[in-house]
Parts: sequence; C-alpha cells; structure tokens
Amino acid sequence: MLPNDPLANVLYVDLSKKRSWVERREDLFEKYFGGAGVAIQLLTENCPAGIDPLTSEAPVVFATGPLDGLFPLGSKTVAMFKSPHTGNLGESHAGGRSAVAIRMAGLGAIVITGANTNPGYLSIEGGKAYFRDATTLWGMSSSVTAGRIIRQNESSSGLRSIMRIGRAGENMVTYADVSTETYRHFGRLGMGAVFGSKKLKAVVVSGNRTLEVADKVAYRTLYDEINTAAVSSPVMKKYHDLGTAENIQPLSALGGLPTRNVQAGHFESAEAISGEHYAEHYLGRRLACSHCPVACIHIAALREPYEDEAYYYKTTMISYDYEPIYALGSMLGLSNPEQVLSLMDEVEVLGLDAMSAGVCMAWATEAMGKGLVTEQDTGGLKLEFGKADSYVAGVEAITSRPNEFWRVLGHGVDAAAARYGGVDFAMAFGGNEMPGYHTGPAGYLGFMLGARHSHLDNAGYAIDQKELTRGLIPAEQLAQKLMNEERWRQVLSSLTVCFFARGIYTPELTLRALAAAGYDLNAEQLAETADAIYRAKFAFKLANGFDFNKLTIPQRVFETPAVVSGFDETYMRRAIAFAANQLTSPRA
Amino acid sequence: MRLSVVDAERCTGCQICMFACTRRLGYAGMGKTAIHIKSVGGMERGLSVVVCRACQDPPCAKVCPEDALTPRKGGGVLLNPSKCTGCGLCRQACIVSAIFWDEEAEKPIICVHCGYCARYCPHGVLALEERRAEVPDAAK
Repeated sequence: MLPNDPLANVLYVDLSKKRSWVERREDLFEKYFGGAGVAIQLLTENCPAGIDPLTSEAPVVFATGPLDGLFPLGSKTVAMFKSPHTGNLGESHAGGRSAVAIRMAGLGAIVITGANTNPGYLSIEGGKAYFRDATTLWGMSSSVTAGRIIRQNESSSGLRSIMRIGRAGENMVTYADVSTETYRHFGRLGMGAVFGSKKLKAVVVSGNRTLEVADKVAYRTLYDEINTAAVSSPVMKKYHDLGTAENIQPLSALGGLPTRNVQAGHFESAEAISGEHYAEHYLGRRLACSHCPVACIHIAALREPYEDEAYYYKTTMISYDYEPIYALGSMLGLSNPEQVLSLMDEVEVLGLDAMSAGVCMAWATEAMGKGLVTEQDTGGLKLEFGKADSYVAGVEAITSRPNEFWRVLGHGVDAAAARYGGVDFAMAFGGNEMPGYHTGPAGYLGFMLGARHSHLDNAGYAIDQKELTRGLIPAEQLAQKLMNEERWRQVLSSLTVCFFARGIYTPELTLRALAAAGYDLNAEQLAETADAIYRAKFAFKLANGFDFNKLTIPQRVFETPAVVSGFDETYMRRAIAFAANQLTSPRA
Repeated sequence: MRLSVVDAERCTGCQICMFACTRRLGYAGMGKTAIHIKSVGGMERGLSVVVCRACQDPPCAKVCPEDALTPRKGGGVLLNPSKCTGCGLCRQACIVSAIFWDEEAEKPIICVHCGYCARYCPHGVLALEERRAEVPDAAK
C-alpha cells in the first residue's frame, strides 16, 4: 500500500468507557487489503472464542478497502461480528455511502466494543468518535424516521452514511438488520441485534478528503478503462434497467423460485410481482451506491388511499429487490404487488432481515396448517399463504415479541422447529434462512458451505442453472467448484468491490487496480491471500462451534422439484465431507 | 461554455461527478470537488446537484477583499490562489452554497466549468453547454 494511506487507520471505540483512539494497522491492510480480509483479523483479535454475541465486549467491525474512493464499484463495506443468529461468523456487506464515507473519514476500519448505558448513537467525523444521546429515538416506530432525525442533527450532508437499527434490533431479534441510506442493508445474521445489545441506535460516519495514487496518469487511464467496462457491460445494464427483480419470472419459469415455503418452485403469480411489472407500474426512482454508475437500487412509489377520507392519499417510496420479493412475496404466496410492497415497507421500518423474516413466516404458516402451531400459540393470529394482513401483523409480532411463540420465532426457523416440530420444512442452512434459489444441489450446498451461508458466498445457484442442467457432476468436484469461487470472492470483498462487478474485476484487472493503490503483487500472491482470508473465516467459525457434521438438510429440498433435481442426501453429505476435509485440515 | 444541470431528477446519487472533479487534479477521493450531490431530505425524496451556476455578475467576486476572484468569460469566476487568504467571505455571498472548502489547502473550491464531470455522468444529469443568453438568470 502507499505510505501514509489513511486506509491503515483503525478507529477503536469503547462505548462503555466513551473512549476512542486510532491505531495504524499497516500490518493488516498491507497483507489483507481491507474489507473481509482485515475484518476477520480484527474480529478474531477482539472477539474471544465462546463469547456471548450479545454481551457488551462482543465487537462490531466495519472495514473498507483500498479501491473504495479510487475506482467505480469500489462501494462496499464489510461488517463482521459474532452472529447472535448462528453463534459463529457474522459477516454482512452493504453499500450506500458507507464505504466511501468511512474512507473519506480517513479510516479503513472501525472496531466498536462495549455498550452504552443509555441509548446512544455514534458520530464519527474526521476520524474521531463523538458519543450522542439517542434516548428519544429508542422505541420509535419507524427506523426511517429515526434516520431522518439523526440526519437533521448532523452536518456533512451528502458526505456521510447513517447506519441504524429499527425496533427489531433494539429488541434483539437475532435476524435484525442495520440499514444505511434508508434503502441499503447490512442484512443477514443479526448485526442489528448486536447494535441493540449495545444500546447503539446508529453510527454516523462522515468526512471528505483526497487520496493519493501511485501514478496520477496511469490512475486516470485505468479509471477510464474500468468505468467504460462498467457502463457498457450488459450485466450492468440488466441491473440498471429492472434491477435484481428481473430474475423473478425466469426463476419461476425454471421452477427455481421458492413458493409457499418451497412447496413449489413455480409461482403462478410470478408476473404480478416481477421486475417488469414493478418497473412499469410502480418504479419511482433509481438510486446508486456512492461511486457506482449502475444504479441498481429500484424504488417503488406506492400510492394508497386513506379509508376514512375521500381523495386523501399517502405515497411511500419502497425499495424492492429480488430477495425481498421472493421472501415476502412468492414464499408467502402473495400475488398482489401492492401488498408485497406494503409488507416490504413494514419489514424495512422494523429493521428485520427480509429473507429471514419471510422464511420464518412461511414456516409458521405451514406449521399452523399442519397443526404444529395453533392460534393459541400465535395469540389468535391465523397465518395463511396469500393473506397479507396476517403477515403484516406477524412481522410486528416477531419484533415486539409478545409471547413465547413469537420470541422463539425471533431466533429463526431452526429454533422454532426445534421447539414446535417441522424440521423437514424449516428452510435454513447453517442456521441462516434460505435465499430465493430453489435451483438444486449447487445452490443448497452453496448455502451450507459458504462462510456466511449466503447465496453470494459462491453463487451455487448459477452453477445449477449454467452447468448442472446438463447433468450432475461428482459431489467432490462440485464442492471444489463452490470453494474455488468463494475463495476468489474473498479478494473482491477485501478490496472492497461490489460482487455485481465480478465480471469486470478479473484477477488481471484487480492486480492493476491494486497497483494504483500501491500494492505490488502477482497472481500467485493474490491467490495465496485469498486462501488465507478464506481459511481465517473458517477458523473463526470452527472456534465458535461451527461443525460441518451438524449441518442439517430439510427434506423439502429433495421433495420439491427444482431447476436441477435427482440429487439425494448422500450426494450432499459427500460434498460436505469433502469441504470439511479441505477446510478443517491444516493448509497443504 | 458553462456546466449545466440538465435534469436533477435523473440523478441517482452515484457521486461519480464528485470523484471526477477531484480526479481531474490527479487525486482519488472527493476532497477537491466543486460539485456536490446530496439528498433532498433523505434518499426517498431524491437528489439535488449543488454547483456554481455561472452568474454573469458573480456576488462572490464582489465580496472578495483580495481580488482573488475574477469574473470568468461565460459566467462564474476564476480563483487566483496566490491572492486568496482563505477568509471565506465568498462562501457567505453564494446563495446557492456552491462554494466549497478545501480543508487541505484552506481555500475555496469553485467550479471552473470545464465539463470534466459531465463526461462521466452516467445518467445525463450534467452537460457542458453554451449559455442561453436569451434567458436571464433571474428568469430561470
């Protein structure tokens, strides 16, 4: 890296002592770049194995990378924490303005430990932390309103990120998220609950500065090359035009869109909740993360009449994407696009992870249908596929936790199925509720073998669609493919580059971009670093109780025809055993 | 020629113009940028583009006690940094808040209407164009 690059500045914040300080960590940023690579090291250093994820000493780590602020699509922040949802690695990525704001604040990473006595928020400006009171914001019904008030109280409009939780985080639902810039999310695995346990309502980061590059002329030339590739790429055009929601209809047609708790892979109303339908009838605005020419964020304008007065309307701007449409639409059998938007908005203001919330409601609906859960358990709420009102009430109950059933469901489907039964249709993998891909063995193995139990760890769903439709390959070979992809993605998430740009940031281009930031590396060294980061993440998982042998596979996976079918549990276990052998043994 | 905000409603908030303005000088980041993108009270309400609108009779130049700002042909001003003492009076005179501050140099940052940012705007928000003389500032 370049000498004196502010990237190596790590801001440590101790909420209990209201103290903050900066340490230079060239040792980490030189070796691991930033993002995931640095965050896993900072997490391991600051999170003793076996610690309760919701105690005050548990850390929250944010890290950006050397390409943030330099090149287009360097736009992601990686957060790491011990997950209160799975008990092992919590890793969550978000864009918005978070990455650029942290970099412009003259920081590469932030490590927050301790807890506030009274609710508070942190304001990080010019590399210093200021401790603000948030008593009045705690318990506020909408996280969007809380964000607006913080916005009004802080300076640096346009040059800041406001990462905040909703009531779900305050109440420590283990899949509460942290949202930023209203529409982007550190979702999955419950960082919102960790914020809640610290009585930390929000973290505001702002700053502005210049960054040096190795060679000014070469930098501008490379910038133009990357920018041209980004604006002319067909993949990028797809994300700009319809956004990720473009995938709803194709996935449904192939039988890969999880529907009614994966009782089907085809949703008969897919067209009504498709990217095309939303764009034509509701799209009100597109937004972009800072430094991204694509603008994949699609915002629907939902106009709803008030029932008590004629010609009186409210218009709500609601962000939609493939995953929330799946989780809060097809998974719940909802075919009315406006009802799906309303439910997405509800989940947004509560601050829940949309995927986990949808999967939990889907499981609960099926469990009620089978008599495992009764109206007595739910406090009188009858959940039925296709009935939106019950789901709006349901996500509120998950958040407010009025009785034992909703408290248990606030820990996820695995916890709920362990208590009430129905493990065969509890659609979680590695403890994390599934994303929207009922594509086949690569998709499901991808969820299980990925360090985050996310479809984005290794894109197994793409292997199903592109390769396995021609026939299964040996389980070990499939596991190896998934691991190879995940290993490479450690580089992208350490730089930190949006995964949508993975086709642009090839290893060759990545090396040149790193050179502009003062890193002199070859392809072999890059691959070694990728492997080291990948292994460090699994070392943290294993030290905190993750066990490949304890991965459970709900039988539903094998029962409902998928894009690729014909695989069985033996096949899946062989793949898992292969990965376990590779990742638990010392490096060859 | 001057930089024109063609349609702020098309803006997605990517801030690529801001990076371009700083990169023009050979730096990464946004510390030298003369154009700013900010939300209009939250991302849900859209975005505003804040940049010098090339006044024909610029108030910022009138208040400069050191004559460091001189009116530019085509509107706006040119800064002579060697004369500027960093007093900041020009910022107060700009009613659209389009004079930014270089914290590193302690001097104002004002758009020179070079159009470099417009070349990178991916969504047609910005353009470098001839001033439409028939429309006085006050009528826009």
